[in-house]
Amino acid sequence: MLNRVVVTGLGVVSPIGNDLSTFWDSLLAGKSGAGPLTRFDPDSFPTPFTTRIAAEVKDFDPLPYIDKKEVRKMDIFIQYAVAAAKMAIADAKLDMEKEDLDEVGVYIGSGIGGMNTIETNARLLHERGPKRVSPFFIPMLIANMASGQVSILTGAKGPNSASVTACASGTHSIGEAFRILQRGEASVMITGGTEATITPLSFAGFCSAHAMSTRNDDPGRASRPFDKERDGFVMGEGSGILVLETLEHALARGANIIAEMVGYGMTADAHHLTAPAPEGEGARRSMIRALKDADLEPTEVNYINAHGTSTDLNDKFETMAIKGAFGNHAYKLAVSSTKSMTGHLLGAAGGIEAIVLAKSIQDQVIPATINYEYPDPECDLDYVPNEARKANVRVALSNSLGFGGHNATIIMKAVEEV
Amino acid sequence: MADTLERVTQIIVERLDVEADEVTLEAGIKEDLGADSLDVVDLIMELEDEFNLTIEEEDAEKINTVGDIVNYISGVNKVS
Repeated sequence: MLNRVVVTGLGVVSPIGNDLSTFWDSLLAGKSGAGPLTRFDPDSFPTPFTTRIAAEVKDFDPLPYIDKKEVRKMDIFIQYAVAAAKMAIADAKLDMEKEDLDEVGVYIGSGIGGMNTIETNARLLHERGPKRVSPFFIPMLIANMASGQVSILTGAKGPNSASVTACASGTHSIGEAFRILQRGEASVMITGGTEATITPLSFAGFCSAHAMSTRNDDPGRASRPFDKERDGFVMGEGSGILVLETLEHALARGANIIAEMVGYGMTADAHHLTAPAPEGEGARRSMIRALKDADLEPTEVNYINAHGTSTDLNDKFETMAIKGAFGNHAYKLAVSSTKSMTGHLLGAAGGIEAIVLAKSIQDQVIPATINYEYPDPECDLDYVPNEARKANVRVALSNSLGFGGHNATIIMKAVEEV
Repeated sequence: MADTLERVTQIIVERLDVEADEVTLEAGIKEDLGADSLDVVDLIMELEDEFNLTIEEEDAEKINTVGDIVNYISGVNKVS
């Protein structure tokens, strides 16, 4: 008999707010986090960047969460994760001094890891030689170090790992943490995703792959999932972390339960490096697996937080995948892409979007897909255009689809019959 | 010498997040100031930059206290 798993704490650092309530209020207000690039000067290179906009985290201060001495040893993607994890633990009112630390685990994914650190140290290597490369270079850049640092700074000594599956990293991590709790290998898991790749090198790579929007003169309207005029994603950054625990553990400590996590599915496209499989068949199978895992009928799902990146192929194929998995019910449920506001947080996307699931169930409201102006005949579902909507949200599902053809789906449900 | 200690102290305070009055000549870098082995490597790189010198690996291994650093830097400067 598998344990039931519930969500009891949420923490977030994002382009639209560095705490949960600001993030959620911004999402419901339909606020975009995108703007001109400020992290680096796109004109200081031999040729111009085709994309010059991003959804950056603003005014992030690590010092409330991390000692000054340790901040220097953490790439920014790790700082975001530690901050979000500490906020999630506080939100869950989880007292680590009272917990059996062997029963508390961490599973935080990152798609890329410490890109800033790689670029800085590569420059030092080439300009000044190997002896100038920082002794902290490796522990700052490796993608598992968000999970490592969160365990070091919180004392969590249970299962600890990280998924590195591009834009599915956050969702895979949450799904794997869910499994660990179901199997009874831990009582509490601190889990989600984190990313900070607004750097010249990663920007250049995504520009060359023609993956990002070039609507440089209108950043707030550049991320427009499912709209006919969409032309690529807007890069975001940040971290979304959840505290998951077994229902038994949550009840025993009198925790406030936000939602129940009930399903997880994953598949591979086995198709192409970056392009999704035709008709989104990999994503369709991922959703079907998650529904089966949750023992739910497709008709029971009220809301899908789509991967919805605002690229031509993703949004078209994900729409087809939803129709394939849900049949006629695809036209009755609500689908929205909060990436229209947050931008695409890559490996952190699944983290913040799992928070959206939990909050939509808790508050019975669905955030909109903003910038929806021109209907695309190939994207003909109810995308909750432009205005958040009060709705009965009993079951909500989130997709994350990554380069490499990694597909992951999680499902949350309102807590019934405890 | 006094100036060297001042500059070394400033770097140690910044890197190891300790108070300036803890940085005495007798203070052990690991034992008293809380540095681990990676911090020491990082500190030596910073000192090399600040004082424009190279601390050889075998010399670096002999550095235990703040006084060792100051003496090393003063010695190098005397020779040059």
